Amino acid sequence: MTEVRVRVPTALRDLVAGSQSVVVDSNSSGDKVTVGDVLDALAVVHPALERRVRDEMGRPRVHVNLFVGADNVRDLDGLATAIGPGAELSIIPAVSGG
Amino acid sequence: MTTASPESDYRRRSVDTLVLVGTTKGLFALRSDDGREQFELVGPSFAGEEVYATCIDTRGSGARLFTGSVSNHWGPVLRRSDDLGASWTEDERAALTFPAGSDTSLARIWQLTPGPADQPEVVYAGVEPAALFRSHDGGATFELVRGLWDHPHRPKWQPGGGGLCLHTVLVHPDDPERLLIAISAAGVYLSDDGGESWTASNTGILVPFEPGSPELEFGQCVHKVARDAGDPESLYLQHHGGIYRSDNGGRAWTAMTGIAGMDFGFPVVAHPTRPGTAYLLPLESDEYRCTPDGHCTVWRTVDGGTSWEPLTKGLPQRDAHVTVLRDAFTTDGLDPAGLYFGTRTGEVYGSIDDGDSWQLLADHLPPVVSVRAAPVG
Repeated sequence: MTEVRVRVPTALRDLVAGSQSVVVDSNSSGDKVTVGDVLDALAVVHPALERRVRDEMGRPRVHVNLFVGADNVRDLDGLATAIGPGAELSIIPAVSGG
Repeated sequence: MTTASPESDYRRRSVDTLVLVGTTKGLFALRSDDGREQFELVGPSFAGEEVYATCIDTRGSGARLFTGSVSNHWGPVLRRSDDLGASWTEDERAALTFPAGSDTSLARIWQLTPGPADQPEVVYAGVEPAALFRSHDGGATFELVRGLWDHPHRPKWQPGGGGLCLHTVLVHPDDPERLLIAISAAGVYLSDDGGESWTASNTGILVPFEPGSPELEFGQCVHKVARDAGDPESLYLQHHGGIYRSDNGGRAWTAMTGIAGMDFGFPVVAHPTRPGTAYLLPLESDEYRCTPDGHCTVWRTVDGGTSWEPLTKGLPQRDAHVTVLRDAFTTDGLDPAGLYFGTRTGEVYGSIDDGDSWQLLADHLPPVVSVRAAPVG
């Protein structure tokens, strides 16, 4: 069990009672805890928040970025990116729209 | 999860008529407390979200509102309100999602339709990619209607310009097992067994956008269908390239030629109580898609589509190049009918005399994509 802090963007804080972040206990689905594992744990305690990050097929939404520390997971291993104890996962809307 | 509307005005006074205005930047509402003489604009709720589907369900003891919206960042959301929009509830577990194994994710909710009058807990939803969902618990949860999802035509359906959307759901008023749905650009499908099985029903509709204008079993770009108030077997249909009617519940279609040269448009609205009466808002060509010659004109038939008369009183007749989308024109169900439409340039017009005269109810809004109205007092 790994405790991970998830940073919540301003636009989604109504879904977590105004909190800037939430802490979830993540179980590893393999030999390491991954971003996907953290989102699975998030789906249990804050499902409305999690489905704004991933669609029902489990894919990250196109205009949502996930950062482990300062690294965008798209540049790493995506949802399979490992996340260690003490690391933070940040949900950040992409600079897009109209 | 319940969130309060940002507008304290929602709680300020009583309301007898409500018009929901879905835009590409959130939900607005026009509220009247004096029998539709004046409307007050409130909103936006869900600022930044595209609200393509709105619904006012008046079958229960009080009006229940639904919205289907989508954020470009955060995806689609279905919400309900039992206090006329003062607060909205989003189901924690998502009321409407494609089931595991469907290998599909919800892109947009296009249509939210109350079920039969005597089944107030039944609500239908039409979505993109094209699929029909049904709720048996007042919209708290929805299930995919498998009969349509498993139809052998589905892999061959092609999207229209707005996406592969199921945008029309009509429940037969005398037989709730009889359903009509329409998809752009697949066409009309009928079910006689409550959605277990479906038959494409586009006989008589030409396909002007294919060589030779063939009649196809499916592949039609049907934009909207409305049911006549007097005869439930009579239907009006706005197609990508023509206007049609049916006298047999949608089993066959006949072109209506009463508006010369006005083939293109998105909405069609039937008068809520008067038989043979319906409204169109034709646009100029599928290349331009604006009101023709700068004239914003609603057309009305009172003889079942044989002849049409232009309605212009109160509507801009100079330099009015506006677009009205398929769900942005509606009626409030009253008699005389209140009629309301919104434009992609952010105006909302209303009539409370069956369309004889119109007035501007709101302007400078974001592009309007859905309008629904009902008495709620």
